Amino acid sequence: MFRAFLIKYGEIGVKGKNRHLFEDALMQQIRYALRTAEGEFQVTREQGRIYVEGLTEFDYEEALEHLQKVFGIVGICPVVIVEDEGFEKLCQAVISYVDARYPDKQKTFKVNARRARKDYPMDSMEVNAKLGEKLLQAFPEMKVDVHHPDLMLNVEIRGKINIYSEVIPGPGGMPVGTNGKAMLLLSGGIDSPVAGYMIAKRGVKLDATYFHAPPYTSERAKQKVVDLAKIVAAYAGPISLKVVNFTDIQLYIYEKCPHEELTIIMRRYMMKIAEHFAKEAGNMGLITGESIGQVASQTMQSLAATNEVCTLPVYRPLIGFDKQEIIDVSEKIGTYETSIQPFEDCCTIFVAKHPVTKPNLRIIRRSEQRLREKIDELVKTAVETAETILVEA
Amino acid sequence: MEAYFDNSATTKCSEQVKEIMVRAFMEDYGNPSSLHRKGMEAEAYIRTARERISRTLKVSEKELIFTSGGTEADNLAIIGAAMANRRQGSHLITTRIEHPAVSGPMRFLEEQGCSVTWLSVDSQGRISLEELANAIRPDTVLVSMMYVNNEIGTVEPVEEAARIIREKNPAALFHVDAIQAYGKFVIHPKKIGIDLMSVSGHKIHGPKGAGFLFVKEKTKLKPILFGGGHQWGLRSGTENVPGIAGLGQAALEAYEEFPQKQAHLCRLRSLFLEGISELAGARVNGAAGAFTEDPAGTSAAPHIVSVSFDKVRSEVLLHALEERGIYVSAGSACSSNKPVVSETLKAIGLKGQQLSSTVRFSFSVFNKEEEIVYCIQTLKELLPMLSRYTRH
Repeated sequence: MFRAFLIKYGEIGVKGKNRHLFEDALMQQIRYALRTAEGEFQVTREQGRIYVEGLTEFDYEEALEHLQKVFGIVGICPVVIVEDEGFEKLCQAVISYVDARYPDKQKTFKVNARRARKDYPMDSMEVNAKLGEKLLQAFPEMKVDVHHPDLMLNVEIRGKINIYSEVIPGPGGMPVGTNGKAMLLLSGGIDSPVAGYMIAKRGVKLDATYFHAPPYTSERAKQKVVDLAKIVAAYAGPISLKVVNFTDIQLYIYEKCPHEELTIIMRRYMMKIAEHFAKEAGNMGLITGESIGQVASQTMQSLAATNEVCTLPVYRPLIGFDKQEIIDVSEKIGTYETSIQPFEDCCTIFVAKHPVTKPNLRIIRRSEQRLREKIDELVKTAVETAETILVEA
Repeated sequence: MEAYFDNSATTKCSEQVKEIMVRAFMEDYGNPSSLHRKGMEAEAYIRTARERISRTLKVSEKELIFTSGGTEADNLAIIGAAMANRRQGSHLITTRIEHPAVSGPMRFLEEQGCSVTWLSVDSQGRISLEELANAIRPDTVLVSMMYVNNEIGTVEPVEEAARIIREKNPAALFHVDAIQAYGKFVIHPKKIGIDLMSVSGHKIHGPKGAGFLFVKEKTKLKPILFGGGHQWGLRSGTENVPGIAGLGQAALEAYEEFPQKQAHLCRLRSLFLEGISELAGARVNGAAGAFTEDPAGTSAAPHIVSVSFDKVRSEVLLHALEERGIYVSAGSACSSNKPVVSETLKAIGLKGQQLSSTVRFSFSVFNKEEEIVYCIQTLKELLPMLSRYTRH
């Protein structure tokens, strides 16, 4: 029965003179999200409202599912739009709407009329009262409850008239692209896709870097990361994924440095390489899935040690999350099932039995001195041979 | 150079298999149940396949049920036999080193109230006939055993087992999972005393999705798929004509010039074992290790060699070999997040580190001697490098 959706957005509405920029971005994201859904859609803006109208037949559930992944949307209202052909016709439209939408009439309701067009012959209060009366006549089982109605029947009188009674929650946040771009360090785990999702939700566009270590990690592990990027891209838009071969760097560190420090030193080089790509692509920050104390390399001391090599800010949206809270989000956004596929990732292959948990920066730097001879060359090669994959949902 | 040594996982289709399948897909695409000419033409493919396969086994054409592959054949044999013989008893016997397509239905039947005896194996992976004899009871309805173990290549004493079953309880049925054995050995199930035998097409250069179960005449068996009553009611569903045609062709080819093919495989294995024996820290598992004392090759299949490498994780070696065009299988996939330990390797007594450092090489008649030489050469280069970097 619905040919259109009315899109409600929250924070954008208050962004002052930049408001149209945010609205433009939101409309663009909506069009992008719907490009793979069945049917053709027209996305328009009118008096602080965004409408998505089906120009052809479309799959309601599918379109809704796509819209629910667009950051910036607070609510999606499936709406019936009618021409203004007088109050009688309007009453008929509302009655048939209620009849079709709510087969069970044992419900309380409230009419909530609004006039964006003030030249309408009746004011809102009158519309509420008269429409309510007509509805009670048509469906004697229904009752009015102005405080806690089962259904809130919204009637918006604009150029045309919108009738809707449902608000399906959207993901909230800000439209992607309105807050710059950042580089996500994507592993195959549970945390990093969630971290990317959360930053993208604040309107940030994502690039990503993945480190693999063939033959210690497999092609399937890489495929898993591409699959994860694809799921995140359904929310964040296309992601340019750098795949860096980290094997030689890793083996060199293994050979030259104390084994307990391997993970920390490795991560410092990962950050350096990711930052290199970030700067190259004009990103304004790095994103990691770290959370304080989760593993040895994520203690306050370890985080400080890996942080130190970067000049760009490092965003860690999960920093205060417990593992279960991260899992909850990953299940919600649909990355969990992919994340738990058991493939080795390059952080764990040479992990020491007792890695340092409180690395001393001076000692770490001294250990790194032992890499002087070849490390710059190895980093350069890793950067130059990195593969770029454009991942789209 | 490319060397595909994962033929126990699956094989490349032969040219003629491909050709007959294309014809069945594109020209003679009828439904064999249709009454018109198109149906007859399709049916002819199935007849031919039946003829070809039955000749290799010396069984009647009516004793073959085509299935979607080895897994379905095993399921039909085990569940079908248990269901059909419930009044006689509900005790089943199998081994600890079976493929999941056998151990899976066995476990399902345990849940349904059957009791299952799981026979142990020795360090070469062979069952004890004495243990088998002791396990057989008056209410035993089925003994299921593999002919060749898919991970280590050990040949089970199937003939002796059949004799013991006949002596102890002639009513008990004997099922043999011959998926890794068919095409590698000449098998005459009726002469041996096998009642049910599973075979898969894609292990013998045939197509995936096609296999068969040999069901000896008058064997009591219930179907596990119900529908239009195809194949004497034992396997409903329109026959996979291209798959069956390909399977028949593959069976024909497998036993053409058979002695030469078997000799070729044995030569590949000897060459390989010789090379492995020169590698420090490499150990051959199962009966293939004792191959030199058994040149006739009756204790081990000629195409499977399982090797444990000291200090090298199988997955890493697999990917390192893959980078050099050599495809093998990890005996036991083992990653840090979720160790999957092979029941077979555990059953033959492999422990701890050995379990996660075992690789299976499996050959086919398509492999060449120079591929073996290349593989040994590559292992010689890789092993010292890989064993230098290990998890502490």
